[in-house]
Amino acid sequence: MIEVKNVVKEYNGFKVLDNISLKINKGMVTSFIGPNGAGKSTLLSIISRLIDRDGGEVYIDGKEIRDWDSGELARKISILKQFNHINIRLTVRELVSFGRFPYSQGRLTKEDWQKVDEAIRYMKLEDIQHKYLDNLSGGQKQRAFIAMVIAQDTEYILLDEPLNNLDIKHSVDIMKTLRRLANELGKTIIIVIHDINFASCYSDYIVVLNNGRIAEEGRVDEILREEVLENIYELKFSIQNIGNNRICVYY
Amino acid sequence: MMNVKSKLYILLIAFIVLVMLFLIIGLNSYNWKYALSRRIPKIMAIILIGSSISFSSTLFQTITNNRILTPSVLGLDSLYMFIQTFIVFVFGSMKMAYLGKNFNFLVSVILMVLFSVIIFLMLFKKKNNIFFLLLFGMVFGTLFQSLTSFMQVLIDPNEFLVIQNRSFVSFNNINMDLLWIAIIGVFLTAIYIFRHIGSLDVMSLGRDNAISLGVNYDVQVKRVLIVVAVLVSISTALVGPITFLGLLVINISREFIKTYKHKYLIPGSMLIGSIILVGGQLIAERIMKFETPIGVVINFLGGIYFIYLILREGKAI
Repeated sequence: MIEVKNVVKEYNGFKVLDNISLKINKGMVTSFIGPNGAGKSTLLSIISRLIDRDGGEVYIDGKEIRDWDSGELARKISILKQFNHINIRLTVRELVSFGRFPYSQGRLTKEDWQKVDEAIRYMKLEDIQHKYLDNLSGGQKQRAFIAMVIAQDTEYILLDEPLNNLDIKHSVDIMKTLRRLANELGKTIIIVIHDINFASCYSDYIVVLNNGRIAEEGRVDEILREEVLENIYELKFSIQNIGNNRICVYY
Repeated sequence: MMNVKSKLYILLIAFIVLVMLFLIIGLNSYNWKYALSRRIPKIMAIILIGSSISFSSTLFQTITNNRILTPSVLGLDSLYMFIQTFIVFVFGSMKMAYLGKNFNFLVSVILMVLFSVIIFLMLFKKKNNIFFLLLFGMVFGTLFQSLTSFMQVLIDPNEFLVIQNRSFVSFNNINMDLLWIAIIGVFLTAIYIFRHIGSLDVMSLGRDNAISLGVNYDVQVKRVLIVVAVLVSISTALVGPITFLGLLVINISREFIKTYKHKYLIPGSMLIGSIILVGGQLIAERIMKFETPIGVVINFLGGIYFIYLILREGKAI
């Protein structure tokens, strides 16, 4: 379980995160939603130790992240940020093999390569595994990065806007994969996402942030209510049940 | 396509051939003892400098995540010239000669490392922003240059000649004691870096990915930057302002070796750096008859190579 306690983050006196406390349960897909500047990405970066906080604690499986050994923590939690521009030329397979670094420090064993192959298969990248990343489309690249995270084989997987710049087909593919990771492999997934309908259809739990605070949190049916979302986004919402999903219309 | 290992072997062979050429050209049964006693220290210094400049440039590009910058942006060349000019300005060249090369070497290395550490500390306060590094390096570089020319204008013309000699890279008067100190220094840093060679590969994925993969990124960056400062300072204090070599070497290396793996990239660039310097020195000595400084030779050939690269890239688009 991930437990966030009274986390504060300031930039030049402005509180980006104001006393956030949150528990994230295992085996679920949790989405962080909210307007731009609400602090979603910052919170994700703090949980994954990419940036330091100005106050509060983050516990992963009962241990504060500062007390974790950096290498050990990398076998527990992984994060993928939204901007992944890489300055070196890599093939898909080489990129995915980096996911095994926490286990082998760059000297991959047979077992490591097996995991790399599994991850490539899982993301259906077999055909393009020897292609260079700079020759791939945005969707293929994103899948390659997710394959790296899968090869890293961590219990917790954090993704910052994984659907950024993807068309609807690739977006659906990626969300389905995340769902499978949670259902089949028991991973705990946390994503920052802008599209409320994607969050609604594919997550178990939704956390709504606004102005550096947690505005609401709960199961999908608790959050996807007109009065809740209208309040946060300052837009007119109409929410309908289509199939088993709750879909918002706000256009 | 050749694999990486055979490319490294080719470089190694080219390197050995050049070194042999450098050592045996013009030897005969009368002069060989004297000539070798001059040439061996010289070739050792050339190899040391070629390797450490290439080594530091590769490391610097990895941690700054940038393919254009080299440690020359730190402005250490200007600082070195400033130190030399300052010593001559205050004490005079006689006193400088009296204090000896060891003293000069030590002072220069210490000041340059200290200066780099100060720049790095400022950099870390600014959240690792690479533009601040550039800005600091440029501002201080210009400051030192202006102070240097100010003092150079004031001093005696004969003293000025002493300084001017220092501004050219020279392998002609290498002090063996200093050479050994430098070799040990470079060797120790190399051992240290090679123990962390895997994390360097991960660091070239950028900070976020590196941390996610368990590399203690911020600590590692500081350590590697200090290694870079030590390497550059030792090289510069030993032979003069040499950092221009870095840009040429690292680009040729990446172009030729085509790998992101530092365990191949670093040895490869060290070999290429040494090959360029030995070759440059051969041209400067044998073809130009010592009339052209090696820096000019290398920059001339390097410039041609860059124009070729640009033209070829232009066609590719």
